Amino acid sequence: MRWIAIKLARAGITMWLVVTFVFFVLRISGDPTDTLLPDDIDEATRVFYRRLWGLDQPLLTQYLNYLAALFQGDFGISFRNNLDAFDLVMERVPKTLLLTATALFISLAIGIPLGILAALYRDSWLDRLVMSVAVFGFSMPNFFLGILLILLFSLNLRLLPSSGSGTWAHLIMPSATLGISFAAQFARYTRSSMIDVLSKPYMRTARSKGAGLARQMNKHALPNASVPIVTILGFKIGDLIGGAVITETVFAWPGIGRLLTNAVANRDLAVVQCIMILLALTMVFANAITDLIYGWIDPRVRVGAGAQQK
Amino acid sequence: MSTASVIQSRRWHPIRFLAGMPLAVIFAALFMAVMVFVMIFAKIIQPYEFDFINLLTRLSPPVPLSGSTWAHPAGTDTLGRDLMSRLLVGTQTSMLLALLGTCLGAVLGVSFGFIAAHKGGFWDEVIMGLVDFQAAMPWFIVALAVLAFLGNSIVIFVAIMALYGWESYARITRGLVLSAREQGYALAVRGLGARARWVYLRHILPNIAGPLLVQLTVNFPSTILFETSLSFLGLGIRPPLTSLGQMLGEGRDYLINAWWLAVVPGLTIFLITLSMSILGDWLRGKLDPSLED
Repeated sequence: MRWIAIKLARAGITMWLVVTFVFFVLRISGDPTDTLLPDDIDEATRVFYRRLWGLDQPLLTQYLNYLAALFQGDFGISFRNNLDAFDLVMERVPKTLLLTATALFISLAIGIPLGILAALYRDSWLDRLVMSVAVFGFSMPNFFLGILLILLFSLNLRLLPSSGSGTWAHLIMPSATLGISFAAQFARYTRSSMIDVLSKPYMRTARSKGAGLARQMNKHALPNASVPIVTILGFKIGDLIGGAVITETVFAWPGIGRLLTNAVANRDLAVVQCIMILLALTMVFANAITDLIYGWIDPRVRVGAGAQQK
Repeated sequence: MSTASVIQSRRWHPIRFLAGMPLAVIFAALFMAVMVFVMIFAKIIQPYEFDFINLLTRLSPPVPLSGSTWAHPAGTDTLGRDLMSRLLVGTQTSMLLALLGTCLGAVLGVSFGFIAAHKGGFWDEVIMGLVDFQAAMPWFIVALAVLAFLGNSIVIFVAIMALYGWESYARITRGLVLSAREQGYALAVRGLGARARWVYLRHILPNIAGPLLVQLTVNFPSTILFETSLSFLGLGIRPPLTSLGQMLGEGRDYLINAWWLAVVPGLTIFLITLSMSILGDWLRGKLDPSLED
């Protein structure tokens, strides 16, 4: 329990750093009224908007107000269309979740079995084939892969819609685009993790006990090999989110990524700020979850952390 | 094997060295050599000025296709600009930025790693806290926001790219230094009264250079992708400058009637990342026998 409390405290500090960082980065870029209002506007209107958005106060007051507002779940109002920034973002969350979850599922469903096969038949033609395909897979920039898929399946074969969302057919290309490079990475990590585990003495013990291949895998190899893979999974959340921004732009998928690129183009401070904070929160949360799962599947982590604190 | 023959076989022998390389590695090395050549000489070998507009020769396709001319072997874009020239200059920009970003990130990360390992205690905690923070930030998203709000400046762009990935070097360096410091040679040099900085730079750094070099080859492709992704979205490198990502982003709007505008720069990016990954894997096998087992 103590171990969990320390993890949570660390996550809290990281979150505070992120929130502070976002505030200052977005504020040192200058007065938002300069970019949002027309140049020839009179000073009185400018002052009115500065007061409305709380920009007339000292930076420290603004920062404290900002923290207080965040604690109440108030992410501000979109400068563009006067809607609540949080609502604007939340409206898009299901679409992005659908895309990233499908992509993650595809990548794990392809990557892990291929990695296990490559490790079991190490140095065979199968291993070489899987690993060569994997190098291609993760070297492929997802924006380029997306464009190739559109060229092939939408413009030439006319099988799949090139943009938008709504039907399952719309989901195929974006999730494949996002998922393939991760599938390649998971195949590599799984392979090296499995190779490591297969050479361990306990595997020799299991074999010499006469355990069948299924039992060797399920009871001995896979639980141990999954530890590094879960860690990697936590690290990859950020890449997944970054990839989603690109993929959503390529396929006009109406998720958070597209909202972000539009908000960035419009310099919509509140929306950008809201997205950055929520994404960072997601990542911190995902890392904390990873740590917890890590401790759950590998009891040594729990014991080790407990022992250090005594 | 006698000591003499070990030394003999260790001597660098170009032909035996090449013969021992897999074919894919040779191709990757050749391709990267060409890319480095382009990175240095793009402005000299470009057949036209890369931003020379000629509306009379708009959308000429690349050579094997019908309607192409040898005057523009890679075709022209919507403004009649020569694609070969744009490709060369775009490659130059992308390669230079990725190289600069990777190297600055490496210097920053390695320095912080050394400081964390040397100082220990409070500073170690602070630096590792920063490493955690960096790893927890969706850096691509941060880069988007910073570039949009701080404006379009090459200096800011390079700074963001340098900050992307520094934490991996810091983490690796710290671990390597902590273990190298306790090894015989480091203890011996320190015992002889050498100053800490001398021990680190002259003795420990060369000994841990292998894994760091491998990390460099791992980071280079992701830095190229980072730059091209941002430029693709219209941030990062913007017109009148060009980079591979910027060309691809521009070409995306003409997929129906001029697919090569997007495919040619996209393919170049892919070949660069592929070559670097192949070289990196090979180097890792050479320098880090523990991973090859």
